[in-house]
Order: sequence, then structure tokens, then C-alpha cells
Amino acid sequence: MRIAVGPVQFRIGSDWAGPVAALERLYAGYPQDDARPADATVRLFAARPWRRWLRPSVHIGGDFVVPGALPLPLSMGLLAAEMGMNLQVALGWRRHLLLHASAVAKDGRALIMSGESGSGKSTLAALLGEGDWRLMGDEFTLIDPAGGDAFAFPRAVSLKNEAIAEVAARVDAARLGPLLAATPKGDVRHLIPRADAVAATHEPARPALLLFPRFGGAAGIEPMGEGEAFVRLTEASTNYVALGEAGFAALTRLVRETPAFGVTYPDSAAGIALVEQLWDEAAK
Amino acid sequence: MSAVAAFVDLLAGRRETATLGPRDWDGVIGVARSEAMLATLAHRLESAALPPTVAALFADQRAAAQVAQTQALWEADMARRALAPTGIEFVLLKGAAYAAAGMACAAGRQIGDLDILVLATDIRRAENALLKAGWEWVKSDPYDDHYYRAHMHELPPMIHKARDRMIDVHHTILPKTHRITPDALALVSDAVETGSGFRVLSPPAMLCHSAAHMLADGDLQGGLRNLWDIHCMTVGFLADDPDFYLTLMEEAHVHGLTDVVRRGLRLAQRLYGTPLRSYRTPMTVEFEPEWADQFYIRRLLARDDWGRMTRPLLEQVFYIRSHWLRMPPAMLAKHLWTKWRKG
Amino acid sequence: MADRAYRAAPADALRVEPLGQLTAIFDRRSMQTHLVVSPVPEILDAMGADACTAARVAERLAALFDLENAGEAQPVLAERLSELAAMGLVERV
Repeated sequence: MRIAVGPVQFRIGSDWAGPVAALERLYAGYPQDDARPADATVRLFAARPWRRWLRPSVHIGGDFVVPGALPLPLSMGLLAAEMGMNLQVALGWRRHLLLHASAVAKDGRALIMSGESGSGKSTLAALLGEGDWRLMGDEFTLIDPAGGDAFAFPRAVSLKNEAIAEVAARVDAARLGPLLAATPKGDVRHLIPRADAVAATHEPARPALLLFPRFGGAAGIEPMGEGEAFVRLTEASTNYVALGEAGFAALTRLVRETPAFGVTYPDSAAGIALVEQLWDEAAK
Repeated sequence: MSAVAAFVDLLAGRRETATLGPRDWDGVIGVARSEAMLATLAHRLESAALPPTVAALFADQRAAAQVAQTQALWEADMARRALAPTGIEFVLLKGAAYAAAGMACAAGRQIGDLDILVLATDIRRAENALLKAGWEWVKSDPYDDHYYRAHMHELPPMIHKARDRMIDVHHTILPKTHRITPDALALVSDAVETGSGFRVLSPPAMLCHSAAHMLADGDLQGGLRNLWDIHCMTVGFLADDPDFYLTLMEEAHVHGLTDVVRRGLRLAQRLYGTPLRSYRTPMTVEFEPEWADQFYIRRLLARDDWGRMTRPLLEQVFYIRSHWLRMPPAMLAKHLWTKWRKG
Repeated sequence: MADRAYRAAPADALRVEPLGQLTAIFDRRSMQTHLVVSPVPEILDAMGADACTAARVAERLAALFDLENAGEAQPVLAERLSELAAMGLVERV
């Protein structure tokens, strides 16, 4: 099957029909163009032919394979497919600087939230995206090295554990994927981005605010200098080194032109409030 | 037509890009990636008619390959800085050599570890100089370490602590236990200097090494790329010397590599159309096809549209064959048994 | 150690971008990004295109920054130069 997300056309092959069917349902609202050659290939495969049926376990592969990576049971095939898409983009995409960050946009300007798993960047982005923000992506944000604009990569948002209930309460059930219980990342459920966010995928947004969220602890804001933001973002980029001078120039410009803050917050409501406050201040 | 056959035809110039549909491109790009030749293809097709998304992907690949190649040449320069105080002469091999010499096969070529050749008598001092300059041994177990030092034609691999890049220091181009024993002293003393101040093998020696590396040393992994190197460099060398094959076969004879070089050229001709030429005088040079060539071709073309190896049995045969070539049979059995025991 | 001479990278090889407390240096020859603090950018500037020992760098910095005792800085500079050589930003000559 083929899916186009942002500028990337994926080709997805699988030894099992289940994960492909689940993906087709999640991405049903996305533009289809079967005539377009693929930019990235994902393959879900069985290590041995009989492992398709006997204790089926799904290995993640495609253009790039991580040697020694542990497979997932077939019941989590959808998670494997999503991880596969992340892997191929993280290792193979060279057209934009890739930041491990979520992003939302308003009035042509982007709010970028960079952090590791558990920082809450996906949940905050999802909740903002249900308000009056355009969801650009929960996992990767693309920065154009030439002009500095941020571009969307709006995949199905990966909600984990408590975030599932929090978001599910606010959206139509039809926008949620199946519950994948007890995965290596905890309980996972996917949220399909709003149709208007998908429709606006190719619209650029000028980076206007850079946040480094941390979940847990009293609400707090800490301004971050250019140097520190630069270092943090090189750590958060999977292709910074591969881009050479273009990557250096893009990141230097981003940290000089975009105010940056570390943000700690005890719960989503407090987090959203801090984000909105900082955005209003940045707009002045 | 299979994706791998289409890929080879595109490189050879036998196929027009306009005849490829979207699914064909998926297959060709998949094969190119699995052979580590996507940027090579991107260079080859730079001026061809391409669907816009393929053109964009190829432009990305060319740019990324340029960055990677610059990094690889930097490694060569840092090795030069480390060895300069010792006065040890070293010769660049493989990808770094092609890049340093500005050769056609370097366009888009992925370069892995840095490979250098030094004289056997210099190897200890080279080792010490590199250790002093920040390289360290790649962690391995004592058995592999012993195997490397006693039998292989290189030091165990070293990696630079800060830059995380590997260097392989060779003192001959085939393992000590190999049936064929090339003349390393001749290779180093005949080395030529590039414009960038590095030393690389002379043209006939370079081709001998490329053929040896692929056919006498390895199990044909990366064979399509290796043969593309052979094809490109041969075309280049012929432009400078129309009678290059004479010089080449003389050199191959010195190193005991005549069969290997002839097979390499025959395979390059079959895949990429390398122009071969026979001679009667001043010496006999012939490229008559051999029966076993077909198995090599089959192994080289054994990839499906997703870039996966088909024909696993054939792959096994070549793996065992390559180890047999490196080690006498009794030692091979012991090596494989010990490997199996360790799991 | 103090009498070793080094030459800095040629001017067009390095792209130097101050970022607040840090300076980011991109080496076009290695594609590496170096994050450094003072006195590294000042050392590279003071060296210019000349082969310099630690003593010479100390003299030049003392002149540029109106420092009192160039001699005291010398051993520290010798160490810094050795580190910069390991990073490839300067080369022993």
C-alpha cells in the first residue's frame, strides 16, 4: 500500500494483512496518489517463513533495518508499521532538517515543542490541535534548510497511557485507532489528525516559538539561550550531521530567530496555559 | 523485466528513463538502496528525464553523498596527520582512493571505513601512531582478535574515539592464508600521488585490487557496486592508455591475479558493457567466457523488487566459498565450528 | 611541548557563528560542528595564517587583550593547542 504524509510518499509491504488494513483505516482521509514513486519503503516481515503463522512476530524493516531490534507480536502490528515509518524517515530523509519535535501552527507561524518520549510533546500538540491550532505533527517537524520555514509531517498521533483518555474525551470515536494494550511503550492509541490539518499539510509556517517541555513538577518557565537551544536541537535531530553545512546554517538561523524556553508542567491544562501565555508574549 | 535488471540497464545506458512507470521506479530505487548505489544512480541519471519526486530524491542523495564523501576524505587527512611524524608511507585504498583521485566511480559512491595499505614492516609503528592520535581497538573477543592478527591482511579494526569512524590498516591486499599472495611491496612502491597529496595504487594495481577484493576476498556482497567501480575505472584508464589491458595483465601476472582480473572484466562487460579487447602480441590477452560466469551473474542479480536477496542457497554457497578461499579447509572447519559454538 | 608549532585552518574552511555564551564552529573540511567557548575563538583569530607556538599565541593574545603576563598563559595555551589539533582545527607543523 501507499501513503503520502507531508512530502514523503511511503511504500508499505507486509507479510500480514492486518497491519496494512489498520493503516488504511487510519490514513483513509489522506491524499492517495498511486502513480507517484515511493520516497521511503517500510517492510513488516517474518524472520522465517513459518513465523507468519507460528507465534507470529513482526520485524521492522525497509530501506533501513536496525540490526538486533526486537520484533513485536502481530497484535501490535500497527505500532510496528508506525515505528517503521518513523525509522525510514529518521534515517533516510535528506530534504529537510528533521527535528524530533511536535509542532502546531496558527496564523502561518509555528510553535515547535522538542523533547524525548515522556516529555508530553505529543499530548500537548494533540490537545492544541483540537483547539484553534493546526496540528503539524507529533513526532517530527521538518525545517527547510534554504528558507527556514517549518513544514508539517502529520502522522497519526501516538497517544500513550493517561493521554489516551484525556484526548478520547474530546474527540469523535471515529478518529481513534484501536487500543494497543501493554506495548513496550505502555498502552497506545492513535489519533487521526483533523481533516483541515491534513488538507493544510503543505503550507509552510514560520517558526515563532521553541519550547522544551518536561512533564511532572511545578509549573515553570525558564528562558533558554541560543547556545543551549542549539545543542539541544542537534541532539534532537536525526539528520543534522548528514546535511553538512546546510544543516548547520538552518539550525543556527532557527535558534537566533526563534525565542526558546524550557517549560515544566504538572498536567495538560497547566501545560496548555503556559504554552498559550508564552505564545501571546512572543507575538508582541 | 526484473527491477535489478532494469537498474543495471539504467547504469549501463541501455534503458531510457522515460520507459519506467512508478512501480518500476519503486523497484529500481529499492534495489539501488540495497546495493548502496542510490547516489551513484542519482549521478548517472542527473540529466535524464525523471518524474519530479524522483528528481528531488536524487538531488537529496547527491547532496548527502557529497557530505559523506567530504567526511571520508577528512578521515584520510587525519590519518595522514597522525602518520606524518613517523614518516610511514601509506596508500589509500578503495572508496577513499577513488575520491582522492577524483575518479568517475567516486561520484555518489558510499565510502565506509578508511582503508589504507602500509608495508608489513611498518605495521606496528603505524598502529602506535594511530593509537596515539585517538584511535582505539574496536571491542572484540580474543578469538576474533587472534584470527585477525594471525591470518588476515589487516590489523583488527580501529575506531576513532571522538569521530566514531573506523580505519582498516592493511599490509597486503589478500589474507596471509589465501591461496594467492599479491606482492605488497610492489604495490606500495608503484603507488602514484594524487593532486590532493595522497598516494593511491597505480591504475593496473587499482584494478587488480578491486577485482581481488570482490572475487578472491569476498562473498560477492556489494558485487554490483564493485563491478561498477571496475567498469568506470577501466573506461577511464583506457582513455589515457588504449593498450591498458596489456599493462593490466602484466601487473595481474606479478600478483597471481590473472584469473580473477579476467573474470572481473568479463562480468563488468556482461553487466555494464565494458569494452574488452583481446591481444595476440606482444602477449596473449583473452576474455573467453567461462562456464562459471553464469553463476556469478545469477548471484549478483539475485535481488527482488524490495531489495531482498532471493536465492538464499546460492548466497550460502558463496559465503562458504569465500571463507574457503581465505583459509585452508581444515582451518575453515575449525573456524566455523568455533563460531558456531560461540553462537 | 611548548615549542610545538601549529597552523590554524585556512579562513575559508571554518564558519564561525557566535551563539550567546557559546560559539559554534562548522569545519567545512570535516563536516563537523564544534561547540566552543572563549578563549578558543580568540586563539584561532590570533593565529591567523601563521605557524605559531604557544609562546607566540600568548604574546599575540596579550597584545590584543592588553593582558599583563603572557608567560603565565603559555602552558595553558599549549594544552588548548594540543586539544585543537585533536579536533582538527589546527595542525601541527
